[in-house]
Amino acid sequence: MSTKELSKRGAVWLDALTSSAPLQPGFPPSVRVVDARLGEHDARFIAVVPDPDNPFVRARSGEVGLIEGWEIARAVRMVIDADEGRAVKRPIVAIVDVASQAYGRREEAYGIHQALAGAADAYASARLAGHPVIALIVGRAMSGAFLAHGYQANRLIALADPQVMIHAMGKESAARVTLRTVADLEAFTARVPPMAYDIDNYASLGLLWKLLHVSNADAPTGADQSTVERTLQAALDDILADPSRGLASRLGSPHRAASVKVRSKLREEWR
Amino acid sequence: MDTQELLERESFIELDARSRAKKLLDAGTFRELLDPFERVSSPWLARQGIVTQADDGTVVAKGEIDGQPAVVLGIDGGFQGGSMGEVSAAKIAGSLELAAEDNRNGIPTRAVILFETGGVRLQEANLGLAAIAEIHAAIVDLRRYQPVIGITAGPIGCYGGMSIAAALCTYLIATREARLGLNGPAVIEQEAGIAEFDSRDRPMIWSFTGGEQRYRTGLVDAYAGDDTGAIRAAMIERFRAGRPDACRSERVEEFLQRLSEVDAHAQPTPQQVAAIYAKEFLS
Amino acid sequence: MENIVLEFPAGEPASGRAIAGVVASGDLEVLLESNTAHRTVVNITTSVHGMGRVWEAVLARIFSDGALPAAKLEINDSGATPGVVRMRVGQVFEQLTQTGGA
Repeated sequence: MSTKELSKRGAVWLDALTSSAPLQPGFPPSVRVVDARLGEHDARFIAVVPDPDNPFVRARSGEVGLIEGWEIARAVRMVIDADEGRAVKRPIVAIVDVASQAYGRREEAYGIHQALAGAADAYASARLAGHPVIALIVGRAMSGAFLAHGYQANRLIALADPQVMIHAMGKESAARVTLRTVADLEAFTARVPPMAYDIDNYASLGLLWKLLHVSNADAPTGADQSTVERTLQAALDDILADPSRGLASRLGSPHRAASVKVRSKLREEWR
Repeated sequence: MDTQELLERESFIELDARSRAKKLLDAGTFRELLDPFERVSSPWLARQGIVTQADDGTVVAKGEIDGQPAVVLGIDGGFQGGSMGEVSAAKIAGSLELAAEDNRNGIPTRAVILFETGGVRLQEANLGLAAIAEIHAAIVDLRRYQPVIGITAGPIGCYGGMSIAAALCTYLIATREARLGLNGPAVIEQEAGIAEFDSRDRPMIWSFTGGEQRYRTGLVDAYAGDDTGAIRAAMIERFRAGRPDACRSERVEEFLQRLSEVDAHAQPTPQQVAAIYAKEFLS
Repeated sequence: MENIVLEFPAGEPASGRAIAGVVASGDLEVLLESNTAHRTVVNITTSVHGMGRVWEAVLARIFSDGALPAAKLEINDSGATPGVVRMRVGQVFEQLTQTGGA
């Protein structure tokens, strides 16, 4: 799948997991917000999807652009504000299929970096306020788009599927920048785990809470849906049982030994 | 600027990260953590035939600012374009995490981040990206207790996932030479075409993403000349201002309101952006 | 990447540590630590291959009179010219005399 093909996975999984519950009104077509049950809990589900009629022409293929960034933030902050002072904080599920951030002059002019920060801030603030935040990666989770939508979650879950890709730069761009062919890039990066494009190498970095096998990631069967729902529920329980609201659960892999060493040396030397 | 001022001015841009951190901290209080002699550097570069720098391109400097405990995280734009690898980013995230913990234990440690970076180091891709997410998390956490101040001076500027980090800071200080933007000009040209963005058109690039325009449009809070004394003074002034009612990245409704006034079908001019994001908007 | 190790005569052990430079294109970083008296060891990691003789020549000119303090030098080089090498090595020893070390 090229990065420019319009992906339906975000919309498909949002629909499946919320049993086709209606979209929250007031959001643009590219940001779908649905309030539905997650097990015993009321939850908010958020997905960014392609909008071929997006007024911002550089954000028509499911990219996270200026509007998408701030609208994600609004969708999350509505939940934070509504639950303020309540003992039970509603879970927020980011359904992630975002091939990139939007690239364009308008985007840079009006501060797309600030819009993406708005989204990341909202998710992080929700997490710090006690909302369980879960990211379910069903397609692409790339670069700035993933930093804005998903990477601040307490737990990251991904489907084990060849079209699921998490990375800092798409293959075509990375190949150009490093003066390789795409095939050479794939061969080279397969041997350097943090550079690799496949989801199994990504899983070896210890950032995912679960890697899920489903039979059809494009059109989930009933069994696929149950698998994912059960896992979301389990993630929710895991978050609720965890006293920490930070991201330290991502530091378990041998491939992140240096990340752990840096932190322990900083602590030793801090005083 | 008269001759006397010119002679006394000390360029901040010409200083390396270590010197910048030292000059921003109160005199005599600089103490480096994980200094180069500890040789905590990238585990990923040697196998790719890339020479490592002993501090992996980030300096962690503890000390005091205006008499208060502080940590300055200085990114060295010289090494790999200041890009974030596993170790360089962990030095930043880990320090911010400890600063937040300090505050929870009654120690008012504040942080300054010197953004001279192109974003993720491609040679460490997913570990760089994940660590940047941890930097974001740590800024939002620490920001509840103390202002987190970002400074971008040039020559590299602040791009990629680290531009998002800058946008999460409580306050940002920039010089005229600095640029602050999400995507590098070459990447925008590649993705959107040369008519959309000509990566060789430096005046155009600065007119939209340069420090002065970002200040004019409220995306940067203080605009300083390339002078170490002036930058340090601006930083201290911002710390004394304390935490605002809402940080820029929390001002969701305001930004959506302003963006609703944008004619998305036309290319903007810098003046139009400044008119829509008028200074009053964010004061 | 190439690794080169060179030794030179030297004076008394260096007092303290120092650092200079940055691993940027055309530049290098030098880490200096103390060594046992009368011997300086230089450990070079460089992105440019086949320059062993040039390194020997450039560094010999700096160290061969044995007057500099005995030190362990680690050099991480990204294609610096001999002129830049001389400058950075000079800087790092100068730092020792200025501040008594890093």
